[in-house]
Amino acid sequence: MSLAEEVELLRRIPMFTNVETSKLKLLAFTSERVAFHAGDVLFHQNEMGSSAFIIVAGEADVMVDTPNGPLTVAKVGRNDFIGEIAILCDVPRTASVVAVTDMTTLCISKDLFFRMVTEFPQMAVEIMRVLAQRLENTTRQLREAVAHSASHPM
Amino acid sequence: MEKSIFRFVLRYSTRQQVVVLVLTLLSFPFLYYSLELPKQIVNDAIGGQNFPKEFFGFEFEQVPYLMLLSGMFLVLVVINGVFKFRINTLKGRLGERMLRRLRYELYIRVLRFPLPRFRKVSQGEIIPMITAEVEPLGGFIGDSIALPVFQGGTLLVYLVFIFMQDPILGAAAVSLYPFQGWLIPRLQRKVNQLGKQRVRAMRQISDRIGESVSGVSEIHAHDTSAWHLADIAHRYGDVYDIRFEIFQRKFFIKFLNNFINQLTPFFFYSIGGYLVIKGSISFGSLVAVLAAYKDLAGPWKELLDYYQAKEDIRIKYEQVIEQFDVPELMPAALLASDADPNTRLTAPMVFSNVGFGEENGPKILDGVSCTLPLDGHTALVGGAGRDEFAMLAARLLMPTAGRIRVGDQDLSHLPEAVTGRRIAYVGQNSYMFTASLRDNLYYGLRHRPLTLEEGDDRAAERLRRAKEAKEAGNTDFSLDADWIDYVSAGCDGPESLRKRTLAILGMVDLADDVYRLGLNGTLENDTNEDVVTRILEARAALRAELAQPSMRSLVEIWHPERFNNNATVAENLLFGSPVGPVFSVDAMAENAYVLEVLQKVDLTRDFLTMGVQVARTMIELFADLPPGHQFFEQFSFISSEELPDFQPMVAKADKDGVDSLKPEEKRRMMALPFKLIPARHRLGLIDDGMERRLLEARHTFARDLPDSLRASVEFFVEDRYNTASTIQDNILFGKVAYGQAQTGGKVGRLVAQVIDELQLRETIQEIGLDHYVGVSGSRLSRVQRQKVALARALLKNPDLLVINEATAGLDGASQTRIHDAILEERKGKGVVWVLHRPSMARRFAQTLVLRSGQIAEHGSYQELDKPGTVMHELLAAE
Repeated sequence: MSLAEEVELLRRIPMFTNVETSKLKLLAFTSERVAFHAGDVLFHQNEMGSSAFIIVAGEADVMVDTPNGPLTVAKVGRNDFIGEIAILCDVPRTASVVAVTDMTTLCISKDLFFRMVTEFPQMAVEIMRVLAQRLENTTRQLREAVAHSASHPM
Repeated sequence: MEKSIFRFVLRYSTRQQVVVLVLTLLSFPFLYYSLELPKQIVNDAIGGQNFPKEFFGFEFEQVPYLMLLSGMFLVLVVINGVFKFRINTLKGRLGERMLRRLRYELYIRVLRFPLPRFRKVSQGEIIPMITAEVEPLGGFIGDSIALPVFQGGTLLVYLVFIFMQDPILGAAAVSLYPFQGWLIPRLQRKVNQLGKQRVRAMRQISDRIGESVSGVSEIHAHDTSAWHLADIAHRYGDVYDIRFEIFQRKFFIKFLNNFINQLTPFFFYSIGGYLVIKGSISFGSLVAVLAAYKDLAGPWKELLDYYQAKEDIRIKYEQVIEQFDVPELMPAALLASDADPNTRLTAPMVFSNVGFGEENGPKILDGVSCTLPLDGHTALVGGAGRDEFAMLAARLLMPTAGRIRVGDQDLSHLPEAVTGRRIAYVGQNSYMFTASLRDNLYYGLRHRPLTLEEGDDRAAERLRRAKEAKEAGNTDFSLDADWIDYVSAGCDGPESLRKRTLAILGMVDLADDVYRLGLNGTLENDTNEDVVTRILEARAALRAELAQPSMRSLVEIWHPERFNNNATVAENLLFGSPVGPVFSVDAMAENAYVLEVLQKVDLTRDFLTMGVQVARTMIELFADLPPGHQFFEQFSFISSEELPDFQPMVAKADKDGVDSLKPEEKRRMMALPFKLIPARHRLGLIDDGMERRLLEARHTFARDLPDSLRASVEFFVEDRYNTASTIQDNILFGKVAYGQAQTGGKVGRLVAQVIDELQLRETIQEIGLDHYVGVSGSRLSRVQRQKVALARALLKNPDLLVINEATAGLDGASQTRIHDAILEERKGKGVVWVLHRPSMARRFAQTLVLRSGQIAEHGSYQELDKPGTVMHELLAAE
């Protein structure tokens, strides 16, 4: 896959939709393309992370460890951006990600990610937007969950 | 050392000086006769009468007589020449030997300096003293006795001759000598003082330059270059003033001398002429005296020059000697005497009332009394004086008060052959010598030459050199010998030392580092057939591993008929490793042969087009970044300085086509595609067609390679070891693939697995030991240097190991590992460990707590760790 195609892929990711083409090209050029086989682990929960991934092709399960064994909490696929929390706030990985199919990803190292964000504030704004949206989702889910448990007291 | 150069000369070279002198005197009659003979030829043979003449009982007619005398003249010329040649050679050799002796003596003194001395005298001063400042001494020493005797003798002969002609004229000829003899030294004295000043100023300059070199990062960090420039300019100015003053005075002395020398003929003409007119002396004698006086000028001038040179040299010698003649020098015998290889220190080391402090300085240690068992471990914690305590125990410092004993022996009186072999010391900043890692590890075992390989062809040469070294008072220890003291290391030969070295590398946590160095190392000219074979076996084994489906994509193997997407275009073209700079990636586009190959396969234009495309992409990607941005170094093909140059070139190529570029611009464009790694850069420039044509270029390159370039590339051959590549590359025989998850780690593990299966790890570590550590170990990290120093000390197998906070720079985990390993290794043997963290003292049998240069407490950790003790305070503060 050539650089031009990767740029097109990046463009389809919401976070990058509004970023200039030349910046996306730089991001694609300076990040590494990494392939995973089905069953490979992209990263493990509680490890310290040093990179985030953009899924170019393939699917993966997001799993968290529970007392009853690993639990799949979400599925991620093409165009999803994963692993950014660990590099944004220096916490261990909050979940494991396991490839379900063969995958191709763009691996963005922490250094590179921060440099891009500081270099191009526009991108930082986009990332904020995505994160805020996620926060909003999570808050809504929490609200619903609380409402649910309130209406069905144990 | 001898206080004056003449004492030095007489003490070490009297015999040779006499030989030179005798030869000089022997040459005298021949010289004299060769001056006399021409007169005889002219007067007797050519202008003479009364033939035949008698010569040694034979009679000669005029022409044979002329031939005889001319023949004799030729013989004399040869004899004089041979004399001169021999005498000069002897003088030269004498001077060189004495110079060598002096330098050697000075170097010994440096080794005998007590350590505190090095705080007062800098490297920048010592080096020029031993090298440059004493250099002129050699030339002078050869002449020091022969010249004054010879020239003085000549002078005397002429004087006698003049006096015999006429006492009054003789008196006139020498009348000014007393005056000259009185005046010149007086004038010279001032020049001498200036000379001293000059030497001192030059030393300070070399000291300053040395300082600037050592502290260059500080200069740049603080923008102080202007200050340093001003400082050095000021000092150069001082030297200039001194030298100019010297010139003025020196040339004034010369002028005065010449004037006085001309004054005498004035007397001859006036007084002598008057005497001739009055009839007191004959005209003939006046002419003879005048001629003799002319000859007088030569030796007299030589003597005066000699005097000036002598004064110059005398000062140089004295000024150098005074720097090396320090009173507190370590006794020579401590350094020189050897010890029995089986000497061991076993009795406890006892400090009684030991004090240490610099002259007129505060006492750093005062009244320290303690016992350090050499079969157990002692920890030292606390405040000031720790360094000094450790260095006293290792006999690097000598106590200024009190005594340190081992058994019934005073530590200060033990030769270094005992203390340096039986005690090891590791400080916080260990020095690495500019050599291989192995040399640095074995450094602590190089005490004396042990065995020489017998009967090799250099034996005679070695003997000659040893004899010559003795003549100059140097040591005749051979550098060719095996210097490694296996016995004191507790080994019985190279093989067991090798085993022990590897074991110790494990102890100090250096085994992996050395393994990695080995993987990145190269073999010297495939000397070791066995190693080569086994590395090729590893290559085959790795290939088998890589054949598994899950591993297949990790490494892209070199294949002569396949393009390697994970290698640069340059590597693909060469299909080999460049040897030297000829075919290095950066030089490819400038190499005439490479360009010729591209031309042959009709790729020149494609490279140019690709170059423009690469440049265009680079401009698009990087033009907005500020210059010097990290991305340039990490990712760009073009540096930030060059990028602006490429912008107009690309614009021009886009507008008028690539042909419109100038040759120089074309060359710069063509250099770009060589660096392209298709799998990494993903610029989509190398398609299948291009791959095919590059393969064609690869074949053409190898086929037509002229013999003169054959040594500049070593091709990849499936079953042959490539000496230009690293061990790792030889095992991989391919490139680690880009774009696979964690390939680096996986490939590393795979290589390690193969290496372990073939039991190659030790071999690789051996190769790692050949790693060159750089100037003072600069190619090792600080942590690695400390580990090497610890390994070096352990390898010595000492009776007492003194460690002075040597592990402070290491991370916590490896600190614990190394401490465990060392204490385990040293079980039942002496250890004194100055700890940077008091809590580590828990594992030592005895702990000494220093406070204000005195031992405040001692005992076991349990005894000391209770409220109210100094130890408790220290632990609380940790």
